[in-house]
Amino acid sequence: MKNIWNFFTGTIRLISKGSTAYYCWIVFLLILMCIGGIAFCHQLDQGLIVTAMRDQVSWGFYISNFTFMVGVAAAAVLLVIPAYVYEWGPIKEFAVLGELLAVSAIVMCLLFVTVDIGHPERFWHLIPKLGLLNFPQSLLAWDVVVLNTYLALNLTISIYILYSLYYKREPKHNFYTPLVLLSIPSAISIHTVTAFLYNGLGARPFWNSSILVPRFLASAFCSGPAFMLLIFLLVRKYTKFRIKDEAIQKIAEIMAYAMFINLLLLGAELFKEYYTDSVHLDSFKYLFQGLHGHSALVPYIWTAMVFNITAFFLFLVPATRRNTTTLVIGCVLVFVGVYIEKGMGLVIPGFIPDTLHEIYEYSPSNTELMLSMGIWATGLFIYTMLLRVAIPILNGDFHVADDGVHSFIGDQLFLVKQESDPESEQELVRSTFGHT
Amino acid sequence: MSKNKPYDHAHHSSRRKFLKGLAAGIGLIALPDKQASASVWEEFFQKNFRELSKDDLKTVLARLEKKYSKQFAKQVTVKATPPIEGVRYGYALDLSRCIGCRRCVYACVKENNQSRDPQIHWIRVMQLDKEKGVDLSRAEHYYNPEKVPEKGHFYMPVQCQQCENPPCTKVCPVQATWKENDGIVVVDYNWCIGCRYCMAACPYSARHFNWGKPGLPAAEMNPDTHYLGNRPRPKGVVEKCTFCIQRTREQPGRYPACEEICPVGARKFGNLLDPESEIRYLIENKRVFILKEDLNTQPKFFYFYAT
Repeated sequence: MKNIWNFFTGTIRLISKGSTAYYCWIVFLLILMCIGGIAFCHQLDQGLIVTAMRDQVSWGFYISNFTFMVGVAAAAVLLVIPAYVYEWGPIKEFAVLGELLAVSAIVMCLLFVTVDIGHPERFWHLIPKLGLLNFPQSLLAWDVVVLNTYLALNLTISIYILYSLYYKREPKHNFYTPLVLLSIPSAISIHTVTAFLYNGLGARPFWNSSILVPRFLASAFCSGPAFMLLIFLLVRKYTKFRIKDEAIQKIAEIMAYAMFINLLLLGAELFKEYYTDSVHLDSFKYLFQGLHGHSALVPYIWTAMVFNITAFFLFLVPATRRNTTTLVIGCVLVFVGVYIEKGMGLVIPGFIPDTLHEIYEYSPSNTELMLSMGIWATGLFIYTMLLRVAIPILNGDFHVADDGVHSFIGDQLFLVKQESDPESEQELVRSTFGHT
Repeated sequence: MSKNKPYDHAHHSSRRKFLKGLAAGIGLIALPDKQASASVWEEFFQKNFRELSKDDLKTVLARLEKKYSKQFAKQVTVKATPPIEGVRYGYALDLSRCIGCRRCVYACVKENNQSRDPQIHWIRVMQLDKEKGVDLSRAEHYYNPEKVPEKGHFYMPVQCQQCENPPCTKVCPVQATWKENDGIVVVDYNWCIGCRYCMAACPYSARHFNWGKPGLPAAEMNPDTHYLGNRPRPKGVVEKCTFCIQRTREQPGRYPACEEICPVGARKFGNLLDPESEIRYLIENKRVFILKEDLNTQPKFFYFYAT
């Protein structure tokens, strides 16, 4: 117990230190979080009428973001499988960063759902025994269960590993291996269940297609890793943390395959709808061509198409995959492309036209944008904090001091140039802090 | 607040202000005075309607009656009349008679205390082409001519179809909506978390959400209410047609407001289990159809052409 407390106070001391850039970034995120908080208060006071959602389009930007973030969260498994199942060294060294990303992404998912519901204070109705969770009937009930399980698993695994390393202990295989193995199907399940949530509705032909789940999974294995790669490249550039080229190459290669499957499945769906040419085509028409003069999503979806296809080739060709610049461009393209396609591009056309074929064009209100920005900032804030602790621990710059009580902080700044010349190494202050 | 510790009044009020602000800020409930705050907490911890004991239910109804009576400055009753044995309600609508006057829409609003601003309608009347038949993709939702009916058109009102196999109740994560024994699909407004999954699942756009605070003028408020039906709704919950549960479950009962107001007698309502009922006669002798039959929702709302 004492150890946990010491670890906790140590991390607090650690995250309060950093370079100017680190502080600026934190302040920037805190400002965005405040704006989001104000928007949320406004929404609680006025009701969801301050959003652009209406009866015809009853889910909008919040649920679109939620859906996308579930994909990002699920993608951590892409690091976990090679790292723990195949014991592939180059990825195992930093698999924990993927788990931490999953934690941040799930927190964002939960926040996006919370701000979307009309009565967030009634959340306890979802708690089994206390409330009345409609399990196993409702897919939303399933989602509550799997999302929280996945969050708990990732938190436990990553904190356990980091905690052990902090106390210079080898993490116990017997403890974390079963959890890691459990986290693999659970990553698949959060995505499957979220896709089923849409998939099972006969009322919405746009979602009622059996390849929705594989489409979800394929795009998740693009968007999540894209974000992770960008973070890894940043981490590699600005900290002492080493990430091997072959690990990054391997992830980029997997992304190329995933993007191919994603595009193939989308193509299959488009063929079926356009060739059949039934009344169910309307939603696809709305998305890709515009319907009866309504075409708000058309420019976005074509942007996404161009981005995804370009990125696919960038990742497919070994030369552009190895070049850092084109790799970064590819990651950004994938992230934005999938964000459009599996966010608004998936949710909104489900409601347009609505079940009585009315067309209500939706585009998020300012409150929705500000609130969502706040949640993104919260997610990034959490991930920054987690990395701020995890990277020094993995580097060996943050661990328990020789006295076994206080903490040793070698890495005073978050952003440290990777060139570790011996002089500056000697200057590193060996600091121990007293506890009150 | 601790009762043992004495504190001066100013301190007290500033603290109360703070709590009030905090409560409003985090979306909980403002605490105007002790009594009200007690009822607020009672409401917060209220169980799902179907889990309330008889005594619990009495307390809840009394609390709501008191609250609404104060809010609307008139005596409001909140009933919880249970389903009648041996009754399963059905509705039939004669498309050859409907003239699209929308009187049903507004009679429903008046009877069921829907929000006037923002407007919520439980019935949607669509104008269709006679030549094209029931083709929803050609429906005109906001037709507004001087006079109805217009030549070459017919009209199709759609409201909750009270499905035997409702897709909306299945998806609710907290069992805040369910099908009663008389076939009416109801919502517990005190249990609904407002996730709107049911709205995505409903193939008839029959469910409506209180996006803002319902605007219901006290003078227009119908004080004869049912817990699962037309009692005033808070913002942030889903509502829908209940076949006027506050009228139809009484003995002697009354017809739903939309049925009663229809100037051309296009609307028929009755007990599907009674072989002598008009609704049974219509189903057995007219060419009836149901909306979106392929979805297997099994509506108890039938459309037919009498002539």
